[in-house]
This record gives sequence, C-alpha cells and structure tokens, in this order.
Amino acid sequence: MEAVLFYCSSALAIVSSLLVIFLPKPTRALLSLIITMTALTVLYLLLGAHFVAIAQIIVYAGAVLVLFLFVIMLQGTAASDLPLWKRFSPVFITSSILAVLLFLSFYGRVIGTFEPGAVKGAAGDVKSIGLTLFSDFLLPFELTSILLLLSVFAAVALAKKEDI
Amino acid sequence: MIPLTHYLIVSGILFSIGLLGLLLRRNLLLVLLSIEIMLNAANLNFIAGSALHGDTGGQVTAFFVMVVAAAEVTIGLAIAVLLFRKQSSVDTREISFLKG
Repeated sequence: MEAVLFYCSSALAIVSSLLVIFLPKPTRALLSLIITMTALTVLYLLLGAHFVAIAQIIVYAGAVLVLFLFVIMLQGTAASDLPLWKRFSPVFITSSILAVLLFLSFYGRVIGTFEPGAVKGAAGDVKSIGLTLFSDFLLPFELTSILLLLSVFAAVALAKKEDI
Repeated sequence: MIPLTHYLIVSGILFSIGLLGLLLRRNLLLVLLSIEIMLNAANLNFIAGSALHGDTGGQVTAFFVMVVAAAEVTIGLAIAVLLFRKQSSVDTREISFLKG
C-alpha cells in the first residue's frame, strides 16, 4: 500500500513537473504545478511530516500559486510560450544535456554512495514542530518575520511606482 | 518500507527538471515556476533527512524554505507586473535595458 502510494505519487510529480516546463500556455503550466505540489504532499505524509504537508497545501497551492494565477491572467495571451515542437534548438539540447548531467552527478556522487541506516522517523505533529521552532530555531524564526515584513514593503513600493 | 534513497532520487529528478525549465523557458513567470519546482525538490530532501535522523529540524527548515519562497514570489511577481506595464511583455530576451 505504502509502496503503491509512493511510486504513483512520485510518477505523478515527475510527469506533472515535466508538463510545467513544456506546456506552452502559462495557465496550464501553473495548474500542473498544483498537481506536482499535491503529489509532493503525499510524499511528505508518507515520511510522517503531517504539519509540513498541510502547510504545503495551504501556503503553496492555496496562496502562492493563486497569486501566480492572478498575475498570469493579468497578462492574457501575451504570455504564451512557443509550442514544444518549435522550441528544439541548440539551447534546448545543451540545457537538456546539462540537466541530465546534473542528475547523474547527484546520483553518482551523493545518492549512489549514500548508505542510509535504519529510518528512525520523526514526529511531524504541530506540538513537536512548535517545540523545535521556538527553541532551537528561534533566531531564524525571528529573522524570517523580518524578511516577510521587508518583502511586503518591497512589493508595495514596487507596485505603487507611477513612473517607470 | 520504501528505501530512503528513492526519495532522494525523486528529489534529484525534480531538481533537474526545475533547472531544465529555468534554462528553457522564455517567460519570466514560468522561470519563477521552475524555481518553485527546485525549491520543492530541496524541501523533499530536507524532510527525508528529518525522517532518517528522527529529528524535527529538517521539517522546520522546510518550513523556512516555504517562507523564503513566498517572499521571493511576492517580489518577483511585483517586478514582473512592472515589466509588463513598461514593455507589455515578460519575455526574458527583451529585458535588456540594463545593458550599457
């Protein structure tokens, strides 16, 4: 059961992320990115990270991608990319070779020589996450609040600019 | 029980797909979407490591990655809207007015 869930959702994540980078219409690419996020949520649940899985759905699929959808719809059809069969070029071939080489070097250097011991499994409920967040990670937590505040300022300052 | 290396392989494949999209896409918004794929692949690695060591630190780090991604998306989209207002296109080949 667990293996079926794992292999189905990883295949779904890989196929839908390939669709994200190859579909010509931005809206469709974005909707397949939502499928990728949901499939990754299943993987997080299998690893026992319940809180991160729910945050993934709410923050990514719910907030970030809806923001993307608004901006893509503001642009209308001007944002369409070339269809796939018109995009084969030296750039395409070089980038594909680069991406495959990147994965092979990951596999050879990191994953292939990696000997994981027994999986211990971490608690993923809100209580244990909160305890870690507010004890060991207190300084990064405060820094991210400053980061969010600054990004709100930056977004408002950029969006209200009249003369560009 | 699924071996942990399989999670790492999925994460590596997703990261490479994200890099491919980053290099191939011409639309600024879709470049940002490819960066999101890469950040999610990194998150999967963090959570797999958290499960391996029995430590919630990895999950908290994945949470921080989400926060940073949200901030990055906000500013990236604001810049994309500005560009679209200036030259009614978000094609990365046409963004060259910083060139001297």
